[in-house]
Amino acid sequence: MNILVCLKQILDPDIPARDFRIDPERREAVRGSADLVTNIFCENALETALQLKDAHDGMITVLSHGSEEAEDVLRKALAMKADEAALVLDDDAAQADPLQAARVLAAAARKLGSFDVIMVGRESGDWGVGQTGGLLAEELGVPFIALVEHLDVDEGKLRIRRQTDTGTEIFEVTPPVVISITNSENNLPRIPKTRDVMKSYRKPLTTIAVADLSLTPSSDSYFRLVEISVPEKETRCELVEGHNLEQRIDAFAHRVAEIANTTR
Amino acid sequence: MNDILICLWSANGFDRATQGVIGAGRRLADTTGGQLHAVLIGAEDNTLVEATSLRADHVLVADRPELHEAQPELYLAVLTGICRSLQPRAVLLGSDVYSQELTPRLAHRLEGSSMADGAELTVAEGGALRVRRTAYGGRANAVYELGRQPAVVWLRARGFAPAEPIQDHHGTVTHLDIELPETITARIAERYIEARDGVPLEDAALVVSGGRGLGGPEPFEELRQLAAAIGAEVGASRVACDEGWVPASWQVGQTGKKIAPELYLAIGISGAAQHLLGIADAKVIAVINSDPDAPIFKHAAFGLVEDYRKVLPALTAKLAELATR
Ligand SMILES: Cc1cc2nc3c(=O)[nH]c(=O)nc-3n(C[C@H](O)[C@H](O)[C@H](O)COP(=O)(O)OP(=O)(O)OC[C@H]3O[C@@H](n4cnc5c(N)ncnc54)[C@H](O)[C@@H]3O)c2cc1C
Repeated sequence: MNILVCLKQILDPDIPARDFRIDPERREAVRGSADLVTNIFCENALETALQLKDAHDGMITVLSHGSEEAEDVLRKALAMKADEAALVLDDDAAQADPLQAARVLAAAARKLGSFDVIMVGRESGDWGVGQTGGLLAEELGVPFIALVEHLDVDEGKLRIRRQTDTGTEIFEVTPPVVISITNSENNLPRIPKTRDVMKSYRKPLTTIAVADLSLTPSSDSYFRLVEISVPEKETRCELVEGHNLEQRIDAFAHRVAEIANTTR
Repeated sequence: MNDILICLWSANGFDRATQGVIGAGRRLADTTGGQLHAVLIGAEDNTLVEATSLRADHVLVADRPELHEAQPELYLAVLTGICRSLQPRAVLLGSDVYSQELTPRLAHRLEGSSMADGAELTVAEGGALRVRRTAYGGRANAVYELGRQPAVVWLRARGFAPAEPIQDHHGTVTHLDIELPETITARIAERYIEARDGVPLEDAALVVSGGRGLGGPEPFEELRQLAAAIGAEVGASRVACDEGWVPASWQVGQTGKKIAPELYLAIGISGAAQHLLGIADAKVIAVINSDPDAPIFKHAAFGLVEDYRKVLPALTAKLAELATR
């Protein structure tokens, strides 16, 4: 299997709420001292790919569309044992809408080789729009499966398990296919060994200038952000009182029961 | 064209999400001054056809044996065909996995725009659809304008008010004659539904939820007993699901279930923005957490700062005693 995993670099989504600000001019989160990290679902995707390779052999290429800083994301992926890495260098990558991103990724994928499975994260931890995977599939003219948690190969066909609202489904797929990966208990990203982190800096990394992909600029934008604000909605929490734990549990139980008894 | 198309799966019947999509579609069509078309894919369900025709202008029934169980590749072909002939201004879908998966693909085929998880729809001057949703894991509210037509949006369906039947109205019902692609290279071959007693998490009036603070799968059994004492369902944070303590379908939050219970009791959950996003519509949030500085207290109506292990059995017993029959 020849696998391509798309990795997006984002602002650390775990910054504490009290440090979160929006820049009204730029209409995006203020970076401040927050780190840039690999989007977690992209890491889940890489882990899923590594497991597929461990079980069935294969080649994993990782691809990112980003600024120079996105090299970190690719080095980390190489340390996790991806085989090859490519960066589409684009200083405007962070402003790209999902269709532009999908076009860039599709053109880069064509340039890099022919892939059986192309993986993306289900959505990014910043804007969380989650449209890139489906658009990428359409750009490449192949099927798309969302919310995948596991893949297997059976006589040249893929068996792809995905989450539904009530359980799971298994797809039988003749490659190629684009899939979006969601988190599951089976794809928590592995921690690279220190030795592999060191080695990752000596591995080659292909850089493609976005201009070299010869994309025709689209005349209109896919969508436009017209408003962004941070809601103020903290409430005052009443901590139940009592002289001892038993009394506090009792008071808590009464508050719960009051609501529970009206819903019956 | 000012018409709106809503896409419904017959297998879901007239459930809350379906009602939300119909309500959103009805109000949007009334705003644009267009007609509301509803396509129902799957084995024809008379109750759903009837209920939809009382609220929509046109009901299109797409019933073929191949469509009785969901096959995204076939659904996409059906929807693309309908949209090409109707040329709607907007196409609305629900929040299930098929809707999420089809939205960008359909938009691409129609050269439109798409958006996920819409919480409110408005129409800008000039006619473009605007979609309100959250960003940055629930830390911000964003409004997007979708310039290209059609605007294809999957909705946070249960958050939209249902529509009342229109007085003295019965929409037309048409059975579509559809052609399906002969071969597809991605096909759902097996389906597994998790056994779960009680009502779905999204429909529960009371939810008791556990997180990393529980420390393992066993305490979820205690949570289940507590839930049983008040007739609640059990949910979880992502950490509890990722650890494998409970199934992934129990996850509440940005990438899990978005729920709107009367009471959400969070035990051993810190209240990360992404988790809070799933309970933004909960009426009352109550907390048991050993850390008084856990962010979730800032969103709770009442709480107990304590190690859950010292609270649970006694609380369950007390609740069983207080329950009215
Ligand atoms: C893109 C993205 C999407 C995400 N989507 C989701 C989502 O859908 N749902 C979700 O839940 N998370 C989601 N997350 C993860 C989220 O950011 C948090 O990591 C997660 O919610 C934390 O889970 P938790 O509260 O169980 O664990 P923690 O944050 O570790 O909190 C555990 C809490 O338990 C308390 N505790 C510990 N021991 C005890 C005890 N003995 N008694 C009582 N209390 C105790 C602690 O004080 C602490 O407050 C997402 C993250 C990203 C980046």
